[in-house]
Amino acid sequence: MTPTLTLFLTVSAGLFYLGLLAALSRRNAIFILIGIEMMLTAANLNFIAFWRYGPQPQPPTGVMFALFAIAIAAAEAAIGLALIIAVHRHRRTTHVEKLDQLKG
Amino acid sequence: MNLAIFFILTAITLAGALTAATLPKLIHAALCLVVAFVGVAAFYLFLGAEFVGLVQILVYVGAVAVLIVFTILLTQHDEEKPAGANWGGFAVATAVFAGLMFAIVRTPSLALAKPHDGTITVKQIGESLMTTHVWPLQCVGLVLTAALIGAVILAMEEKK
Repeated sequence: MTPTLTLFLTVSAGLFYLGLLAALSRRNAIFILIGIEMMLTAANLNFIAFWRYGPQPQPPTGVMFALFAIAIAAAEAAIGLALIIAVHRHRRTTHVEKLDQLKG
Repeated sequence: MNLAIFFILTAITLAGALTAATLPKLIHAALCLVVAFVGVAAFYLFLGAEFVGLVQILVYVGAVAVLIVFTILLTQHDEEKPAGANWGGFAVATAVFAGLMFAIVRTPSLALAKPHDGTITVKQIGESLMTTHVWPLQCVGLVLTAALIGAVILAMEEKK
């Protein structure tokens, strides 16, 4: 008995849900970044599942797309964490609700 | 592909993601995130994309998770107040999840798809990177270089 594509997409949707929950409901900037990473991973899982369950393409587009997405996610994490460190140096906090200087 | 292995991997991945999203202490959440990433890498191996699974472990567990832990240690943070759960965020996330699940359940062709048993070798990936996908590869190289320089400039001490 092999799992169907529906099951893989359900797992991916669950991972995306938890990432979105972390990104929207936590107040620490590092938690928000963790949530974004989880959402990107969920999308990658979808690419690999669709590659396995679709007709076999040549070149393997789903795999290539997942590899590029992983590279972009690594760049995004590096920039995000550098921004958090820069903000922390000036404001002594990573709490996003305290960063309200631009608020009218 | 075995259904039992699938459900064990699902339990590990979603438990790691759930604890990473809800634990109050940052460092615990970061370590649970590693569990979730390893679970997803196991899914890739399970689906037959060995190279992507190994890249996932190298990049996410080896680099991104270590970067997150370093940032947590470099920024001392005030304890997050346990009071005041953000119900607006919870409602939006749940609505998005409901929409996704509605689309997945209402698409009957998904359950009919059969997995192909082709394998993908690193040689094929390399050839594809150097022929069909050479333009995206160059762009990713540019993005990574810009990210490297940008991260160093952002995190550097400013001269007074």
